[in-house]
Amino acid sequence: MDTPAGYLHWGFILISIPNLLLIALMIVLFALALVVPLPGEKEKS
Amino acid sequence: MRRSTPPGPMGERSSSWTARARDEVAERLPLEHLLPDRQPYYVGSWVYIFGVVTIAGLVLTVLSGVILALAGPDWWHISAAGRFFNSVHFWSVQLFFLFMVLHLWGQYFMASWRDGRAPTWMIGVVIFAISIVAAFTGYLSQQNFASQWIAVNAKDALNASGLGAFFNVLNFGQMYGIHVMLLPAAIIVLVALHIVWVRMKGVVKPIEPGRSSRSTVKEG
Repeated sequence: MDTPAGYLHWGFILISIPNLLLIALMIVLFALALVVPLPGEKEKS
Repeated sequence: MRRSTPPGPMGERSSSWTARARDEVAERLPLEHLLPDRQPYYVGSWVYIFGVVTIAGLVLTVLSGVILALAGPDWWHISAAGRFFNSVHFWSVQLFFLFMVLHLWGQYFMASWRDGRAPTWMIGVVIFAISIVAAFTGYLSQQNFASQWIAVNAKDALNASGLGAFFNVLNFGQMYGIHVMLLPAAIIVLVALHIVWVRMKGVVKPIEPGRSSRSTVKEG
């Protein structure tokens, strides 16, 4: 926690690895929410 | 128009403002809408869970924040329990923001401002903006080297924009007061209003395949 995070740098884009991982996690969560059915919803339909 | 209070013997409406206010509330937000036990079929998706998880994050943030405020900075920096509640406060804010943004993505792609729901959308945007300021003042209230570094850098931005005339980010008392009182009160009131508006208008229908949101608005 006391050491600075690693950074990725492409041209004008500069992002820390923890931030990049968090954005990736959010995109994965969003995609899963679209495709994974809620428990119990299959029986109802 | 449906009225819950029957008119008087001459068909007149009550002159009491409390009765009129009660009728208005009962008409706009009947109890079966406020506390529903059934939801439309399309609500059966994880996308609709993001909003309620955001509220869970807010509840945890407020509860842990109340404990931190009661005990004070010397407690949350030094004792093990204080550090624990400091961490709970920090991570519940992360949870709150993460799911608030997922909720925003879901509602954006669903165009959930359709069919008279624009106030719900706009209240949500204001909550998001106030939450950013609340998180910023929270970082300033940590009372450690990180908060001093953030304050010293942020003062230049605020001074450059002219806001420095009203807010001094180096003043811990001012930032802490705003963080623990004004901003949480605003967020809690606006979240309550946001939920009431969702209950009044109902959950937005997903856009049907092959239809644009514009055509749905026209038909709605």
